[in-house]
Amino acid sequence: MDMSKSSSIDADSRTGLTLEEADDEVEEAYYLAPPLVLTWRKFRKHTLAVISAVALIILYLFVFFAEFFAPFSPHERYVEYAEAPPQRLRFFDSEGHFHWRPFVYGAEQQMDAKFRRTYETVENEMYAVRFFVHGAPYKLWGLFATDIHLFGAGEEAPLFLLGTDGHGRDLLSRLIFGTRLSLSIGLLGVALSFVLGIIIGGVSGYFGGIVDTIVQRLIEILRAFPSLPLWMALSAALPANWSIVRVYFFITLILSILGWTGMARVVRGKFLAVREEAFVKAARLSGASTAWIIRKHLVPSFMSHIIAVATLSVPAMIIGETTLSFLGVGLRSPAISWGVLLQDAQNIRAIIRLPWLLLPAVLVIIAVLAFNFVGDGLRDAADPYH
Amino acid sequence: MLQFIVKRLLFMIPTLAVISIISYIIIELPPGDYVTTYINTLMEAGDIPDHVIENLRHQYGLNQPWYVRYWKWITRFVRGDMGYSLAWHQPVRDLIGARLLYSLLISFSALMFTWVVAFPIGIYSAVKQYSVGDYVFTFAGFLGLAIPNFLLALILMYLSYRYLDTGVGGLFSQEYTTAPWSFAKAIDLLKHLAIPMIVVGTAGTAGTIRVMRANLLDELQKPYVMTARAKGLQYWKLVLRYPVRLALNPFISTVGWVLPSLIAGETIVSVVLALPTAGPLFLQALLEEDMYLAGSFVMLAASLTVIGTLLSDILLAIIDPRIRYEGAT
Repeated sequence: MDMSKSSSIDADSRTGLTLEEADDEVEEAYYLAPPLVLTWRKFRKHTLAVISAVALIILYLFVFFAEFFAPFSPHERYVEYAEAPPQRLRFFDSEGHFHWRPFVYGAEQQMDAKFRRTYETVENEMYAVRFFVHGAPYKLWGLFATDIHLFGAGEEAPLFLLGTDGHGRDLLSRLIFGTRLSLSIGLLGVALSFVLGIIIGGVSGYFGGIVDTIVQRLIEILRAFPSLPLWMALSAALPANWSIVRVYFFITLILSILGWTGMARVVRGKFLAVREEAFVKAARLSGASTAWIIRKHLVPSFMSHIIAVATLSVPAMIIGETTLSFLGVGLRSPAISWGVLLQDAQNIRAIIRLPWLLLPAVLVIIAVLAFNFVGDGLRDAADPYH
Repeated sequence: MLQFIVKRLLFMIPTLAVISIISYIIIELPPGDYVTTYINTLMEAGDIPDHVIENLRHQYGLNQPWYVRYWKWITRFVRGDMGYSLAWHQPVRDLIGARLLYSLLISFSALMFTWVVAFPIGIYSAVKQYSVGDYVFTFAGFLGLAIPNFLLALILMYLSYRYLDTGVGGLFSQEYTTAPWSFAKAIDLLKHLAIPMIVVGTAGTAGTIRVMRANLLDELQKPYVMTARAKGLQYWKLVLRYPVRLALNPFISTVGWVLPSLIAGETIVSVVLALPTAGPLFLQALLEEDMYLAGSFVMLAASLTVIGTLLSDILLAIIDPRIRYEGAT
């Protein structure tokens, strides 16, 4: 175990013990450490997974504190800055002077010969970017009324770091708010599949026989279904006059309809495998009840593995939502999700003229990759004794 | 062998039954019933005799419980009558037929693309495990997995517009769209096929590389490989002759699992690239609540998947006798 080797040096320098004594101590600590600690130690060695976990934490901070991170309100239209390209954050002004506080120049809209909007930098207008500024008022989680934003340059400043869309709405703010729906739908959908999968898969694996056969056939049939057409058909049937929240929950439900099958399969497989293990037999011989065995021995023994599988199935949910919204059958404006934002980049002409509208795609890719790496790391760490 | 095929065929029946019920639920999902809308449209166009309306109501089994309506629908569907598209004023069968063929063409060529790209890379990654190339391909594979199909289509569309100076929408250039089939038209089709093929195929490539690599790594550790090497067989000759052939088996058996994602991928890529396949037709039908068209598409797509799975099972049974005997007993 190379892990114990690397930490034995730490132990040695810390306590001044001889190498062998330290080794013994570390080994003992290793054998006495609870599984969670071991899992964490193993996960920590997977660099890519740790980086990804940090990225995910940042993204979920956006989910919880979108109002604070976004410099503008996502629905506010700055018509005089419509279709503005990403603003450059500068440290040096046009005369080459350094400013320790980053700033943006003003921008003025103009029409070119083909009636397309272009922007000219106005160099005598300088807006310094500050942290924790007062901006558009909001109520965080509907509870705390405040107007503090992480950064900003005043109400009039064209601080559109990622550009604006055709209505003059700040793309960065919309991206941050889009994170809220896109990433929570993934987690909620997986949580739902998780519960369904554990119950159905557990029943199937535990009872076996005819129940097992029926459940397995059903799963096989559902898995043969092309997911996207089914999702599209179901979500297109949601009435157009429903509220955002209601559509949101139903989309989540629709994404889980096929999602639970994979989970149920894994749970059933694990149930079948673990049921025959010696420790389960020992528990049964000591007179433990079935419910006790399931709760105290079976489920904990493969929980970490299931969590890893759940993490790996989040990306499919995120891509599913994005795709549905992109096609116009998922979440609809005024709801903001990455898919809804990408709808603006649907045709080639829009992309050529306003390429920054493709930026939500970058976040989709980052989130999907991060979940994949974290899931991989968790899967390796799930069995710390291996 | 015959016994195996018969068994598999019998197994297909309940599967298709469930699929047809789900498809019919989709048809009935939107509020209001379709035939009433249809009759209203007919009335707007001019007076129609009462017996025609009555006929239509009877034909579609309105005023009867849903299972009667379902039975009427499915029996007609099996005979090839898939209902009538309100939006297009055409029988659904005429609408879907040719387009489905293009969908299959794209899906099939995408699968071939996946295999042609993924197998050599998978073999390389397994044989040169932990080499620089292995890491590069693993990373590229992850990236391919992470980019949603429609995004890849958008990006490739943008790039080919920028650097190749060609439009990539559609399956034919303008001058060939309505032209009769000819050699030139076929070439034109192949040219337009490239981008959808790459886009749909890329998503599967990443997974295929990983599985191929894992399969082959398992095989390479087996004693027979060492024996063959000890006997002096050339390394590459050995790898390609035995372990690779064994590592390929699972792919044949899992074609059925790949098909649903191929169909899904094809649907969305066709929407983005505006290809004349069944996908965009399906999306439009959903948005216009043209439900017989939409339901038929779901039914056909799922049925094709099931049939594809059956074919791959039979193929595997032919290749691998162990499966055959297991299935027969």
